[in-house]
Amino acid sequence: MKFAVKKALSSSGARVGVLEVGSCPAPIETPALLLATRKGLPHFISPELLPSLPSPDSNLLQVSPLHFLEGLSTTTISKIGGLHQMLGLKQHGIAAVPRDSIQCLPESKAATRLGASFETPCGRLLIKPKDYIEMISCMKPNIWASLADEVPAWVSEKRNKTSVDRTLRWLDDCISLYPAAGSIFGAIVGGTSLEERKRCAEEVAKRNVSGYWIGGFGLGEGIDERPALLREVMDILPDEKPRLTCGLGLPEEILQGIAAGIDLFDSTYIYSLTLGGFALTFSLDKSGEQHNLQSDQIGSDSTKINLRATAYRKDMSPILENCTCYTCQNHTKAYINHLLNVHEMLAQTLLEIHNTHHYLRFFHVIRGAIQDGSFEEFRQAFLESRREHFKGEAIST
Amino acid sequence: MRNSIAIAVPLRLRPNISNTLPHHKFRPTCFHSHEGHTISCVPYSAPQTKPMALHFEILGRFNRARAAQLTLPHFVCQTPLFMPVGTQGTIKGLTNNELERIGCQIILGNTYHLALRPTSELLEEAGGLHNFMNWPRAMLTDSGGFQMVSLLHLADITEEGVTFQSPVDGKPMLLTPEESIQIQNRIGADIIMALDDVVKTTITGPRIEEAMYRTLRWIDRCIAAHKRPHDQNLFGIVQGGLDPELRDICVKGLVDRNLPGYAIGGLAGGEDKDSFWRVVAQCTAALPEDKPRYVMGVGYPLDIVVCSALGADMYDCVYPTRTARFGTALIPEGVLKLKHRAMADDTRPIDPTCPCMVCKNYTRAYIHCLVTKDAMGSQLLSYHNLYYMMRLSRNLHTSIVEGRFPKFVCDFLQTMFPKGDVPEWVCNAMEVAGIDISSCCAPFPSCQEKYSSDEIGTNDIHMELRLTHTRSVVVY
Repeated sequence: MKFAVKKALSSSGARVGVLEVGSCPAPIETPALLLATRKGLPHFISPELLPSLPSPDSNLLQVSPLHFLEGLSTTTISKIGGLHQMLGLKQHGIAAVPRDSIQCLPESKAATRLGASFETPCGRLLIKPKDYIEMISCMKPNIWASLADEVPAWVSEKRNKTSVDRTLRWLDDCISLYPAAGSIFGAIVGGTSLEERKRCAEEVAKRNVSGYWIGGFGLGEGIDERPALLREVMDILPDEKPRLTCGLGLPEEILQGIAAGIDLFDSTYIYSLTLGGFALTFSLDKSGEQHNLQSDQIGSDSTKINLRATAYRKDMSPILENCTCYTCQNHTKAYINHLLNVHEMLAQTLLEIHNTHHYLRFFHVIRGAIQDGSFEEFRQAFLESRREHFKGEAIST
Repeated sequence: MRNSIAIAVPLRLRPNISNTLPHHKFRPTCFHSHEGHTISCVPYSAPQTKPMALHFEILGRFNRARAAQLTLPHFVCQTPLFMPVGTQGTIKGLTNNELERIGCQIILGNTYHLALRPTSELLEEAGGLHNFMNWPRAMLTDSGGFQMVSLLHLADITEEGVTFQSPVDGKPMLLTPEESIQIQNRIGADIIMALDDVVKTTITGPRIEEAMYRTLRWIDRCIAAHKRPHDQNLFGIVQGGLDPELRDICVKGLVDRNLPGYAIGGLAGGEDKDSFWRVVAQCTAALPEDKPRYVMGVGYPLDIVVCSALGADMYDCVYPTRTARFGTALIPEGVLKLKHRAMADDTRPIDPTCPCMVCKNYTRAYIHCLVTKDAMGSQLLSYHNLYYMMRLSRNLHTSIVEGRFPKFVCDFLQTMFPKGDVPEWVCNAMEVAGIDISSCCAPFPSCQEKYSSDEIGTNDIHMELRLTHTRSVVVY
C-alpha cells in the first residue's frame, strides 16, 4: 500500500491524497468511501453489477473478519487463498476492520484484558489478538486495523483509560505476531477524553504502522464533541500516513471528518437508507448549495426520497434525471415503488446501487472542492442550506 | 433517456410477420375446376387467415424432438427453451442485464399477482409490462386462473368464471375468461394464456370431463375477447386430466380454433411420472407440427429433456429460483445442497463444467456460508441455477440442430445416473421417443457386455431401478 498527500489546506485539516492498494486498476483518490459489505460482498449489489459503479472509487471495500465466524473456517479461507480470491474481487482493495457498525458491534461490558468483545449474529464473541491475527493472516486483506477496545461515550474515566491501555497492548501483540503484515493501521481510541485521545495517539504514532484507524466514534458522543477530539488526535499523527475512521456515516459527519484530516471512511448510511426504501437525491452541486429539488413530494425532503410513498406509484421518471448509475439509467421510481410494495429483493439491489453511486459522487465533488481550495465554503454552504431545508420541513409538517 | 444496458423495444412486430408467413397458410376463398370454371366461392372459415403474432420455424429434428426458431414481437427465441418465472415483474433478485447475460429469452409474469399489484391499469398506462420493468425481450403471461385456485381458500369455478374472495378486502370477485384476456391485453406480453378450468391430476371422476369441456367453451370466449391478436399470441391449454380420450377431444377442439400455439396443462401437480410422460406424448403427437407446444409447470431438468425428446418446445417452472433460495444448486449430476455441513470446506466450484460467473469465481464453501442467511446467497444461487437452465435449453436446441441429440440425451442421463439406474418412466418415454438409451441403463457400468432387450428382458432390469425423477447428491 502506498499513500501520498497531494494537497493539504492550511485553513483546515482537509487534504486530498492518493492511495495505491493491491491490484486496484488505478490509484484511488482520497478522501474516499469504503463500501460496506456482508461476508465480503455488498449486501445486495451483485458482483456482476459492481463494475457499473464509478471506478476506481468503488474499488475499496471494508470487510469484517467476524462475519466469517458464522460458517467459514480460517483454514478453508486459507485454502482458497485469502479474501480477494474467495470473493472474486481481485482488483479491489480490502480493509479488514472487526467492527462493521451494523451487526458486529463492540460490547465494552464484556471485553476483558484478554480480548475485545463484539455482539454478532453468532452471539457475543470474545476476540483475542492471537485469534484475530490468525484470521488476518488467512484472509490477507490489503489493510487491517489492529484490535481495539472501543467504549461508548458514557463509561467511567477508569474504564476509558483501561480501553486505551488494552488497545495499545493489543497493537503491540498484533505487530509482534504478524510483523510482515499487509498494511497495519494502528487503532486509536480514548472515548470523549481529550487526554486519553492524545495519549493513545502519541503512543500509536511511536509504533511502526502504515496508517491509523481512529475508532471509538459513533458510540454515543455528541456530534459537537467530535471536532475537538479529532483535532487532538490529528495534531499528533504524522501527515504522510493515511487515516481511516469508523462510525462517521452521515454527510455532515463525513464533512466533519474530512475537515479534521480523515482520508478514509466507512459508512452505514447507504445500508440504512436502502433498507428504509430511501434514495439519495441531495444536490451534488460544486458550490455545496442544496436546492429544493422535490420538496413538494410527500415522503421526501430534498436530500432523499422514500420510494415506498404512494406518490411514486405512477412516476415513470428515474430517481435523478442526470444520474448515470444502472438504476437511474434503466428503471423508474414507479417500478421501484412496486418492487418495495411486493417485497422483492430487487428493490434493495437497485437502491443500494443508486445510493452508493450517489455517495461516491459526493466524495468526488468534495475532493474537487479541496483541490480548488474552496472546501470550507463548500462545507458551510452544504451544512447551512441543508439545515435550512430541514428546519423548513420541520415547521411545515 | 434510458439507453445504457437494456433497450426498451417498442411494441411492434419484428420482423414483419404477415409478409413472412409461408404461403401454404393462406387458402384461396374461391377455387376453380381444372376446366377453368369457377366452381364456387366457399368461404373458408376465418381461422385459416387468423392473424398471428409469431413465426415458428423448425430448424432441426430427431424423431419427435425439434429445434426451432420462435419469432415473437419482442424477441427471436430458440426452442426448446425454459422460461424463468418472474411472478411480480422481476425474477427474484436478478437484474435485467444479468438475465440477458445468462441468455434468458423469455420470462413469465403471473397475471394474478400483477393484477393485484401494481394493477393491469397502471401497467397499461406505463405502456405495458415490458416498459414498466424495462425488459427488452419476450414475455408470457398466464391467465391467473391457476394461482387463484391454488392460492385462495375460497376460490370456486363456475361456468361464468373463477369466483374468489379478493385478498385485498375480502369482497367476492369473479375472474371471467373475458376479464383475464382483458387484463393480459393491458399487460402486453408476447404470449397470453387462455383461462382454463384446471383440475389437479390427482383428482378422478366426472369433474375432469366437466373441466375439459368448459375449457373448450372458454377458449371461444377468450378468442372473442382478445383485442390484440396482431401483437399478442393467445395459446390454448389442453386439459383432460390423465384420460387419453378426454385429452384427445380437447386437443381436437383447440386445434380446430387454429391458435398460434398450444399448451399442455394440468400436469406437474403430483401425478406419477409414468402418467405424466404419457399425457405429454399423446398431446405432442396430436398437436400440429408447425406450432409451438408449451408444457406448463415443467420443471426438473430431467423432465425437460424427456418432454423435448417427445416433441415439446417450451417450459416454465419456479423450481430453479425457488430451490436456490433454499440453498440448492442445479448441477449435471442432480442437485447440490449447499447448506450441508460438508460444503463448509469444499473449495471446488458448484459445477466445474459450468462457465457462469458464480462457478468461475466462487467456491462451494463460500456460498455455503451465505445461503439461507444472506440475500447475496440467494442471488448467486439463482444466477447459477438459471444459467444452468439456459445452458440446458441451448444444449437441447444445438444438439438437435447439429444432429447429435441422442448422444446429448445419453450423456445427460449417464451424468445424472452414473450407476445406470435410469428411472423406468424415462426408459419408457425414450423408447416412445425413439431414442436408444441402452448404453445408459446398464446397472453396472463397469460391465463390458451390452444388454439388448432380446437377451435379457429390459423390463427385468428396470424393475430393480428406483422410480425417482430427481436425485439428491452431495458430491464429495
